[in-house]
Amino acid sequence: MPRMTPFQPRLEPLNHTGVWKHWSGYLVAPQYQYSLNAEYYSVRNAVSVLDTSPLFKYRFTGADAGALLGRAMARDIGGCGVGRAQYTCWCDTRGYVLQDGVVMQVAAGEYWLTAADPSLRHFRNIGREMGLADVSVEDVSNDFGILAVQGPEAHHVISQLTDAADPLKYFGVAQTTIAGCPVTVSRTGYTGDLGYELWIPSADALTVWDALMVAGKGHNITPIGTTALKMVRVEAGLLLMGADFHTSRFAWVDAERETPHELGWGWMFSKLAQDDRDFIGRSAIEAEIAGGTSRWKTVGLGVDWHDYERVYTAAGIVPPRHEIYSESTMSIYRRGGKEWDYAGYASSFLSSSLLRKPIALAKLPLDLCTAGSEVDLEVSVIRQPKNVLARVERMPFFNPSRKTALMSEGGV
Amino acid sequence: MANAERYDAIVIGGGHNGLVNAGYLARAGLNTLVLERRHLVGGAAITEELIPGFKFTTFSYAISLIRPEIVQDLELVKHGMMVLPLINTFQPGLDGEYLFLGADSDANYHEIARISIEDAEASRDLDHLIARLARALKPWMDRIPPNSRSSDPADIAQVAELRDYMDGLDPEVRGLMQKFYDCSAAEILDEYFENDLVKSLYASSGIIGSKCGPRDKESGLVWLFHKMGDYDGEPGHWGFHKGGNGGFTQVLARAVEAFGGSIRTNAGVERVLYEDGRAVGVSLADGSTIEADLVVSALDPRQTFTRLVDPADLPEDLVQYVSDYKFQGTAAKVNFALSGVPEFPGLEGREDMFMGFTNLGPSIDYLEEAFADCKAGRFSRRPFLDCCVQSTLDPDMSPPGKHIMSCFVMYAPYHLAESDWDSERENLGDTVQQTIEEFFPGFSDLVLHREIVTPLDIEKIVGLSEGNIFAGELFESQLFLNRPAPGWNQYRTPIAGYYQCGSGTHPGGCITGGPGKLAAEQILGDRSR
Repeated sequence: MPRMTPFQPRLEPLNHTGVWKHWSGYLVAPQYQYSLNAEYYSVRNAVSVLDTSPLFKYRFTGADAGALLGRAMARDIGGCGVGRAQYTCWCDTRGYVLQDGVVMQVAAGEYWLTAADPSLRHFRNIGREMGLADVSVEDVSNDFGILAVQGPEAHHVISQLTDAADPLKYFGVAQTTIAGCPVTVSRTGYTGDLGYELWIPSADALTVWDALMVAGKGHNITPIGTTALKMVRVEAGLLLMGADFHTSRFAWVDAERETPHELGWGWMFSKLAQDDRDFIGRSAIEAEIAGGTSRWKTVGLGVDWHDYERVYTAAGIVPPRHEIYSESTMSIYRRGGKEWDYAGYASSFLSSSLLRKPIALAKLPLDLCTAGSEVDLEVSVIRQPKNVLARVERMPFFNPSRKTALMSEGGV
Repeated sequence: MANAERYDAIVIGGGHNGLVNAGYLARAGLNTLVLERRHLVGGAAITEELIPGFKFTTFSYAISLIRPEIVQDLELVKHGMMVLPLINTFQPGLDGEYLFLGADSDANYHEIARISIEDAEASRDLDHLIARLARALKPWMDRIPPNSRSSDPADIAQVAELRDYMDGLDPEVRGLMQKFYDCSAAEILDEYFENDLVKSLYASSGIIGSKCGPRDKESGLVWLFHKMGDYDGEPGHWGFHKGGNGGFTQVLARAVEAFGGSIRTNAGVERVLYEDGRAVGVSLADGSTIEADLVVSALDPRQTFTRLVDPADLPEDLVQYVSDYKFQGTAAKVNFALSGVPEFPGLEGREDMFMGFTNLGPSIDYLEEAFADCKAGRFSRRPFLDCCVQSTLDPDMSPPGKHIMSCFVMYAPYHLAESDWDSERENLGDTVQQTIEEFFPGFSDLVLHREIVTPLDIEKIVGLSEGNIFAGELFESQLFLNRPAPGWNQYRTPIAGYYQCGSGTHPGGCITGGPGKLAAEQILGDRSR
């Protein structure tokens, strides 16, 4: 039987579709209402709430916690001060990505981390190999539920429950109480919008949920499922493990693995030349930078509206636009020259209702990765392969100023 | 031998490898005859209705390593092949704890994590690495192994190719392979796991059918061997043939006949006949002879080289190797007809844990204690049992509402120090029943009938020397380049036209069919030269 998150008693009656799926062994709703778009727009128009409790959660404590994370994480943990969160990734010794996740230093020397796949033994092994005496890594996955409250109205809702969110900068973290329950609130999310994530002790999950619903009622707070989340994260240019990359840990060959640079995370290493951090994968990453040996890069693609319209219209059918989100591989070819000249592939595709055009996350050879590069994206038109023009675009595709705006100064 | 019957090819022994071999020879157009001593084909892979409505898999009871090429080449699906998935694995403890694993990897993670979070994560790493290793070794499982004793440049080149291939493996994969060669199952498990129940779940693969404990070096390779198969590409998974493994060998028999081959039962071969170093036929127990220029033994190496022919006619080093070749069977079977499914305290009313292997052997120490008895020359007073209630998967195996339960028993040494197997038969049955009772209170009340198969029975009935279920131990000294003997690992024998195709040849036992297939490849290649 699948496991239930601590919010399930409230979520169960909200799912009007009757459809559930599994996420890391937990029961979750892909969507709650028949209109997927309604959930999608709640993120951009009002405020959404998503239960992300199935994520694995780890707590690092002890005087050596920072040292362990400094070795384990590819991005400099030194940049994650007390009360700060950090998007990071961790690699194997060959510089291939194992996972990405958000780490936060909730109190001096105490770090919390979310991960998509089990990693307790991985981190403990690093501590054991380093011979660290004063560090404890615990799996606290069952101790907390996590709610993501995301959308332009998110601050209005949260601020009714706590003052702690007001001063939070983007990726800031605070410990507070909501409805009398201890809650850790972070200015983070997977939507590319204004939003917060709440770590709530499992025993308090329903109390906090109920308070949130009361506060959100006047702001059209809407529970959303995992599909709407996946749609908006494409607009935010955020990669999804299992779709846009796979963990090196369970790869069979290197062709299935990716480096941080290939995933477009080179910015995590902008100060590598100036530091001497001894993190796992460093030498391989340095060699990749020095040798320019990245095999591809992950980029955003904007599909040309006119061309997309053309190929379907030519076949006599309406171009598919409504609630189209796909994680199926779509081939990409070089334009001009010979036909079907394979170049790469799109790993996530969204017909963005907000942006009024299809967009995709794609892997392309380095010579095609500059913004404005033109490629052909293969789509299926009445089950026949057709090419449509797409251009490399800077990500995020959608990046509202409210995402990072200071709420204490009036914000939105 | 005037007026004697004549065939192009005679295959001695209608076990699965004999049938596979005959299938390939018949498919190539040879007029092929399979001679089986018993009244039914299948060898150790048979299903018998010992009491009305109850189908017993008397010996072999599950399938995983059958080479997929054979299924295609011999068109086995057309003849009724159907392998049902063993979806669950149940590993009960004696303290009320258990591991109940199923088809969903996330659910399995949480199930192991109940006991050890780190072990749940480690099991994914280990499973993946073993799968990668198995994949890397597969090409060598499916080809005639190199001859390490030959001075022929082609053979020398093959040995070099093997070395280069192994050297070229991914270092992680090669490292694990080295561990399987050098380390016991327990040593490898200690590196990955902290919990004893989790370790024992894995360790059982390292001892099945072999005279070694989980702390003996040999258990590494035995474990790897059992993970070389797959179910629909899922590495290391096992299945259960419709109608038991006897159902599978009946499929093979139909394939042989469909290709024009003949099968004769109640036809035990006494001797292979040869003249001037060339095979000319066989003589049967009834005194008759059948002529053929091609004779293939599907029996084990001891029978192939020391009973069917005169060892005095063979090179001394081969005879010596075969005489040193270890059989030393250590396994028995006790199969039960049951009035219902056993109940596990805390899981009352559930029977799906039996849709797969149920391992009774909840710790490394438990397995080692069981092996200590074996070393002392007696059967384990508290044996390791690998159970499967096959009727929970295949309703044809028992009358409605009733069940059939196969129990593989370790250890039961062929040589008993202070007794003999005919005296110990019922004692073994009682011991097994008591052991199951410990894990599943009330079990004995369900027993309608039990069938006890000692290692001596396996030898007498099936013909496997000393009751070894693999036709010889799966130890390094008896695998691949050395199976059954260095220089004689390519299915030929010193007698021209006389070949070997039993599980005592590469790749080995466990119903791979590989020996039968690869021997046919060698035979047909030799004929075309």
